[in-house]
Amino acid sequence: MAVDARFSSTPPKPKVAPWNDPVIRGWFFQIVVVGLFVLLAVYLVQNTMENLERQKIASGFGFLEKEAGFEIGDTIISYSAADTYGRALIVGLVNTLRVAVLGIILATILGTLIGIGRLSSNWLLAKICEIYVEAFRNVPLLLWLLLIAKYIRESLPGPRQAWNLLDAFFLSNRGFYVPVPIADPIDKYVGIAFLIGIGVAWYVARWAKKRQEMTGQQFPRIWAGFGIIIGLPLVVWLLGGAPLKLSVPALQGFNFSGGVVLQPEFIALLIGLVLYTSAFIAEIVRSGILAINRGQTEASLANGLTRGQTMRLVLLPQALRVIVPPMTSQYLNITKNSSLAIAIGYPDLVASVNVTINQTGQAIEGILFIMAAYLTVSLSISLFMNWYNKRIALVER
Amino acid sequence: MLKRTLAVAAATVALGGFATVAHAGKDLDAIKARGSVICGVSTGLAGFSLADSKGEWTGLDVDVCRAVAAALFGDSKKVKFVPLSAQQRFTALQSGEVDILSRNTTITMTRDTSLGLDFTGVTYYDGQGFMVPKKLGVKSAKELKGATVCVQPGTTTELNLADYFRANKMDFKPVVIEKLEEIEQAYFSGRCDVYTTDASGLAATRATRAQNPDDHVILPEIISKEPLGPAVRHGDNQWADVVRWTFNAQLEAEEKGITSKNVDEMLKSSDPQIKRLLGVTPGMGKALGVEEDWIVKIIKQVGNYGEMFERNVGKNTPLKLERGLNALWTQGGLQYAAPIR
Repeated sequence: MAVDARFSSTPPKPKVAPWNDPVIRGWFFQIVVVGLFVLLAVYLVQNTMENLERQKIASGFGFLEKEAGFEIGDTIISYSAADTYGRALIVGLVNTLRVAVLGIILATILGTLIGIGRLSSNWLLAKICEIYVEAFRNVPLLLWLLLIAKYIRESLPGPRQAWNLLDAFFLSNRGFYVPVPIADPIDKYVGIAFLIGIGVAWYVARWAKKRQEMTGQQFPRIWAGFGIIIGLPLVVWLLGGAPLKLSVPALQGFNFSGGVVLQPEFIALLIGLVLYTSAFIAEIVRSGILAINRGQTEASLANGLTRGQTMRLVLLPQALRVIVPPMTSQYLNITKNSSLAIAIGYPDLVASVNVTINQTGQAIEGILFIMAAYLTVSLSISLFMNWYNKRIALVER
Repeated sequence: MLKRTLAVAAATVALGGFATVAHAGKDLDAIKARGSVICGVSTGLAGFSLADSKGEWTGLDVDVCRAVAAALFGDSKKVKFVPLSAQQRFTALQSGEVDILSRNTTITMTRDTSLGLDFTGVTYYDGQGFMVPKKLGVKSAKELKGATVCVQPGTTTELNLADYFRANKMDFKPVVIEKLEEIEQAYFSGRCDVYTTDASGLAATRATRAQNPDDHVILPEIISKEPLGPAVRHGDNQWADVVRWTFNAQLEAEEKGITSKNVDEMLKSSDPQIKRLLGVTPGMGKALGVEEDWIVKIIKQVGNYGEMFERNVGKNTPLKLERGLNALWTQGGLQYAAPIR
């Protein structure tokens, strides 16, 4: 024993009673806490089930298979009242994702511009950006949404007096109608060419980066990439005889038919989310840029980089490390705030679930579905952003 | 079963003996002990339940609750009103937040069964209709193909609407907003071509919210049966009885010609049915577990069904609704009370 003790790195344990041993104690209390928690959960579930049963309230997820019987006003995947509740919930989820994804993209672009604008040496621009930030982040989002939705409904003309551009674009209180190309067999090949274009552009970018590291010569990889991604499908489309048939919106009966429509509720929600969140993102971007030592700017300017290059090549890559973690929270906020759609009548996930709950009376199942859906979406965003954060983390050389 | 019992027992012990929360069918006792009825009403529908600037509630649905309070406590003021949205209403009733739901609610089988409710009678026979701006020139609901329709969610209205358009092979776009004021505003601003809800609701909206009521027409088609009535939750049949027979008493009183004005003279009537109704011949009150003069209190403070109807939604109100289906059976309507004896 003594020999072992001499060679092992840990000193021998003094002999203590098990109830005084910190390890055993630690385990004991953790088990007790977990046990109590499990018992509480079991108790709550049991109690709920029993009460539901006693009041003869239906439970279970069987309703997902039943016919929904209600219509949804704004769908991008096919849906009719004859579809199931499950399908109606999916339609709602897709609508939520649609507004969240577009919102995240637009808010990031706008927020970054405003954030950089606040740091501008132009006094007027900096002030305007500051007022923007203060106005939008200091008023509750719900009020912005109600205001924008009301403004769209009240100020835009009816469909018969719609504002019209080129007899193809129409803006009225029924939404923004735009023409879309009608599907053609060649579309498939154009799509394939687009995917190939992305692959080629990626390869070119890698080659250009390598060449720059080896020789210092630069290559306009961004423009080249755009050219390839857009050019390749364009060539395929032209070779295929350039078929272009448009479905142009036209007034028919009560409303426009043809084309696609961005409905007022969708537009209002998107504008509200983007304006509100971009104000926060602007502050995050500004703080990220300010976090970088001023010496970096001076050094890169002294090295002969232009102001634009300094921002793009020196400041932003470093600022991103500060920006990305709080940005994740803002992306999650957009996703969750999109549930305010219910106030202005955009048919998102919460709206679908609410109607379902009302028709079936199964509130607990419905709420569980909403929670699971938001949790999945939010965790996915978190995972992606954490991965991205790791990728851009400073590599010490 | 044993496992379950053990788990519950263990949990109960572990939690320091929380009692299992359960409804013991004691709703009526709880209401009596509290000294007032908690009544779930709408957030504001003229003629049915609407709060004025002083917070006083008026309307047909409100009077249903007031009558119950008059029967139970002899005082129609002992009611607390809780405004509920279409979506909150059933949960509020199921969870015991309100004792009675009197909120232009349609009686359906699903609601009666899988929602755990008990409907106690039909206080208003309604049906779903459509309202359109007159300038659209629409004469019939059959011409509504492709229209944009404003509708509130979480109601039978939404299902009837989809059913009607499907049955007539027409398409439509719904605009669904929960708050009544918002959906009305959406319709009046022209966001929708059509507004649909129960015909009584259309009349109320047109009378109270339109800039010029004559600019809007209610189409002749009534596409559904909407028997509206108060509901209580499963579990206390005695409480359900009080609500059910309060309304029956108001109908019966109208049939017998007893009004809030003549009820005192009617006490001297020699008609055995009237004597039974007004508690001159005792028995009915005791059977229900209330005072013998319960119907006298109801009629004096709230009135019979006809008075209640005319005061809130009748010809001399902005809604200008005819009795129609809601006339007594003796006058060609559907209102028919089970006899009180």
